[in-house]
Amino acid sequence: MDILITGILLGATYALLAMGLTLQYGVARIMNLANGEMLVAGAFGAFWVFTVQQFDPMLSLLFVVPLAFVLNWLIYRWLLLPLVRRAKNRGQLEVDSILATFGMSFAMVGVMRMVFGGEFFNYSYLATPFNIFGSPFGLNRVVAAVVAALICAAIYVSLHSTRTGMAMRAVAVDPRAAGLVAIDVPHMSSLAFALGGAVMAAGGVILSTFLTLDASIGVLFTMKALIIVIMGGVGDVRGAVIAAVILGLAETAVASLIDPGLTLAAAYLLFVLVLLFRPQGLFGRRSS
Amino acid sequence: MSRRETVIFALVAAAFALLSLLPFVGSAYFMTLSISVAMYGVLATSWALFSGPTHYISLATAAFYGIGAYTVGAGIEALPYPVLLLIAAGLGAATALLVGLATLRLSGVYFVIFTLGLAEFIRQVVTWVQNNFTGSRGMYVLTDLTDRHIYWQLLALGALVALVGWAVNRSRLGFALRIIGNDELVAAHSGIHSARAKVALFVISGVFASVVGAVMAPRFTYIEPSIAFSPELSFQVVIMALLGGVHRLWGPLLGVIPFTLLWELISASFPTQTVLLLGVAFLLIVYFIPQGVVGLLEKLKRKDGGHA
Repeated sequence: MDILITGILLGATYALLAMGLTLQYGVARIMNLANGEMLVAGAFGAFWVFTVQQFDPMLSLLFVVPLAFVLNWLIYRWLLLPLVRRAKNRGQLEVDSILATFGMSFAMVGVMRMVFGGEFFNYSYLATPFNIFGSPFGLNRVVAAVVAALICAAIYVSLHSTRTGMAMRAVAVDPRAAGLVAIDVPHMSSLAFALGGAVMAAGGVILSTFLTLDASIGVLFTMKALIIVIMGGVGDVRGAVIAAVILGLAETAVASLIDPGLTLAAAYLLFVLVLLFRPQGLFGRRSS
Repeated sequence: MSRRETVIFALVAAAFALLSLLPFVGSAYFMTLSISVAMYGVLATSWALFSGPTHYISLATAAFYGIGAYTVGAGIEALPYPVLLLIAAGLGAATALLVGLATLRLSGVYFVIFTLGLAEFIRQVVTWVQNNFTGSRGMYVLTDLTDRHIYWQLLALGALVALVGWAVNRSRLGFALRIIGNDELVAAHSGIHSARAKVALFVISGVFASVVGAVMAPRFTYIEPSIAFSPELSFQVVIMALLGGVHRLWGPLLGVIPFTLLWELISASFPTQTVLLLGVAFLLIVYFIPQGVVGLLEKLKRKDGGHA
């Protein structure tokens, strides 16, 4: 029971990460291997706000998110759009964007090490017990899960009920056809990439309230987000949410039953199972 | 073999023979540098054997390297060194086979993602096994192999990689891989079993990386998971291979030599900023010389040919 609830609470934050990656990969067609670093950068923002400015870390969302949005917008415009223009086909773009974002991830780790040093960092926030079904859980984890779920819901609703959201989904389905019905595809892609990056940074803020992080831990979260997106099926928001909860549960189970050092192994196990049995995603249909 | 090929063969063989005399002339520092160049040379060339023609970016070099290094570290007390090299090769092949079978049937993205975390995943498992079953984390690797022996072994591996690469390029397998790299659908339609071809070459490339790790193990003296499975290694190998150019067998070497020397300089002058500089160097290469030094040379040559 404890494992179940802790797993679901963790899964809510993971769902947020998967959402960010879905926007970047599904809409903007950029396989972003630097998204874990964006997350750590967000976490650093929260850490700085909490320790230096003595604010509530959740308030730091108010400045971390817009900042990450602008930063990712610039990254897309300056660094990735040239690759999109250079690529002759989708395969070429995939290779180029993987290499470019892989380079960026190292550059970002380097910058963060320079600014914040290489130590682990964490802070104590709302570390008071909160009872669910009679067992105590950290209030910080509960708050984190609620905030993550709220952000997820807000994005889901805006993707499905605004004009911009609809345009974004159209680009996700087919960029060329979207162009034919007068959707500004480069603009929508930059928007989706920036939004995705902002969501990752928000995920970092939320995770930092209950996890210990360091400058080079980003790649772990990149892996987790990627695995969730693949498990859920690329572009499938409902699948991603369920996959996130499954990953949260699996990790919590492994951490509490076997060893906390093996969480990535749990993620890999799920990944292999998905690749072997449902490479098209949990709800995807098998393509020819 | 045509006449031209015979000449090239003789020249390459002579070059290797000359290089093997190097330990008798240089200083100790020079030897260290040569080992780095030889190590990265083998790693980058074997990486490009697979990733060059297929365009599947493998980020798993560190995983194989670590497997090799660990095999030697764990077994050096019990088994003779040459046997350990064989075991390392076998483990590398098995790992590459499993990874290949799981991911290479599917699209390239799955492969990249899987290899991205592979080193970290194996590191976690090894750490866990050591914490729970063997008691200690690190291991001492004490042998009487000196830098000189390591250099010769790496050189021999280099010759082997060159030979294997040459043979693969001429074979049906190499031809099949180039078609797969250009268009996987066409490859499938012309009767190529593309998954099998990709897995075969990935295994070859993985075996080389594992053996390099095994050969390098005695240099560490002390091995623990975070040293053996350092993610930066995968990254450096990809950078060097791309800098040189991956569509020619000798391409990666043109990236390895300048980069290793430059790196020596950088890590001596800015030891704290290496990760940042590594990332920036990588971005510069991806954006400005996507075809590598080989691509640049060939472009120049074509221009000259046009004028003549």
